[in-house]
Amino acid sequence: MAQTKREMLIDPMVDNNPITLQVLGICSALAVTSSLQVALVMGIAVTLVTGFSSMFISMLRNQIPGSIRIIVQMVIIASLVIMVDQFLKAYAFDISKTLSVFVGLIITNCIVMGRAEAFAMKNPPIDSFIDGVGNGLGYTILLLVVGFFRELFGAGSLFGVTILETVNNGGWYVPNGMLLLPPSAFFVIGLIIWGVRAWKPEQVEEREYKIQSVEAH
Amino acid sequence: MGLRNFFDRIEPQFVKGGKYEKYFPIYEMVESFLYTPKTVTTVAPHARSYIDMKRIMTYVVIATIPCILMGMYNVGLQTNVAIAEFGASGWRAAIIDMFGIGFNPANPLANILHGALYFLPIYIVTLVAGGIFEVIFATVRGHEVNEGFLVTSMLYALIMPASTPLWQVALGIIFGVVIGKEVFGGTGKNFLNPALTGRAFLYFAYPAQMSGDTIWTPVDGFSGATALSVGATDGYAALPERGIEWSDAFFGLIQGSIGETSTLACLIGLSFLLITKIANWRLIVGCLGGMIAFSTVLNLIGSDTNPMFNMPWYWHLVIGGYAFGLAFMVTEPVSASHTNTGRYIYGALIGFMVVMIRVINPAFPEGMMLAILFGNVFAPLIDYFVVQANIKRRAKRNV
Repeated sequence: MAQTKREMLIDPMVDNNPITLQVLGICSALAVTSSLQVALVMGIAVTLVTGFSSMFISMLRNQIPGSIRIIVQMVIIASLVIMVDQFLKAYAFDISKTLSVFVGLIITNCIVMGRAEAFAMKNPPIDSFIDGVGNGLGYTILLLVVGFFRELFGAGSLFGVTILETVNNGGWYVPNGMLLLPPSAFFVIGLIIWGVRAWKPEQVEEREYKIQSVEAH
Repeated sequence: MGLRNFFDRIEPQFVKGGKYEKYFPIYEMVESFLYTPKTVTTVAPHARSYIDMKRIMTYVVIATIPCILMGMYNVGLQTNVAIAEFGASGWRAAIIDMFGIGFNPANPLANILHGALYFLPIYIVTLVAGGIFEVIFATVRGHEVNEGFLVTSMLYALIMPASTPLWQVALGIIFGVVIGKEVFGGTGKNFLNPALTGRAFLYFAYPAQMSGDTIWTPVDGFSGATALSVGATDGYAALPERGIEWSDAFFGLIQGSIGETSTLACLIGLSFLLITKIANWRLIVGCLGGMIAFSTVLNLIGSDTNPMFNMPWYWHLVIGGYAFGLAFMVTEPVSASHTNTGRYIYGALIGFMVVMIRVINPAFPEGMMLAILFGNVFAPLIDYFVVQANIKRRAKRNV
């Protein structure tokens, strides 16, 4: 591992973003991005869980038997998620209600498990923590970008503050109702991935099938 | 042939190595729109046919002419009838006053003119907005601007409600062209129908302008339910009481999107497509079969709470977008199944789904758009199983 700590933190934000490059954690990205506030809280929650779970798993990595490592990882991740969930219920009940089941579902978020398996099991605790936080931040950035488009064009506001006055409130902007539906995040994320890969062509995957040219015969 | 000479003179600038090499797609588009393409098949197996992509697409556009005329007439008629009650306003009224034709619903010419003033802006916006994106993609990716866009834009304009705001029309066709077609590589590689993709986008994004009772006739204050929503609330038996006879629905004198109301016009277009063999008859047989079979089954089951259960197949045929979808969308060769057996299954799936959505789903009164998109998504899978079945059968033959 020739990565510096700085690279570990910065790399997952664009070059190795868990959503746009690895296409992980899509389900929660669809569900919680209809408003920026919720997206931000979800992003922070996932960042904390990924960072600390990677750190604890890394501390225990030499004691965990290989055959039951997933169970041990799950126990650590689940404990952290329950802590986050209880914290939100106590101090931010409204947001906790909006996020509903998706806080609990951080346990199954592929990013958390992925970093634990791929990085924390082989690296020292500090590095694992930085790597986990970096990936969490990569996830958060994307959530915020998607949330920005969905809230701005779907409801005409940002963080609940009206930016584009909607027709129903006497303004001029006709909100795009589809952006408030979860499937619209597929289009937004798809377009973002398209944009990122046009910007950084090295992220484009090799084609599995090539259409044969007729001239070749 | 001054124009031909002009093209011959400027062509070297656009071919490989020329000054404007990058803009070849635009040159090619204009040239092949006006003249027969010069390229001929050169490699084996020397398949020759009088038909090419350009001719297919042109034929489909020709086939929509009855729908365009009937649609304009009906929009004008509905609007003129409503104007007698609510009064006229806006720039369209000013133009009609200028020509001194008036708003008399008994005058077919006045109806067609008024309808054209609604249809043409939608169509022009569709062509310009979609065309710009089509040309951008063609130029960047270096493929040709395809005549398919003429079909897409025409079908798209015909399935808009007459009152759709023009900026929504533009947004929808851009979505249809980019997400429905270009991201997959352009005409021939799209698995969804681009016109319907754009329509579905608008349907979910702006439901207030795309569904309901007030949008079909573009007069402020007017409210007229479509035959489908009357059927959903009161049953088909109530339709004649509301002034909708079966013949009205067949000839297209009812509320609905611009081009879809007249079953007769759609059937004329469809027979043209069938005679010229652009449309595959198996798709039609499948789609009619699925619709008739499933609606008959529902008639037999019956329901006390849902009046749509009792709607017979000949009503399903004439109301809503079924006939238009059957003629121009189900038969679209790119997004349909490509195997003959698959075509029956694909058609039947759409026929089944349209009745299913209309009758059993309470959220959507009309199901043709969603049913066709559903069928589009399944078409490659249907083809896969048909091909696999054929491989298995032939393998058994040679044990």
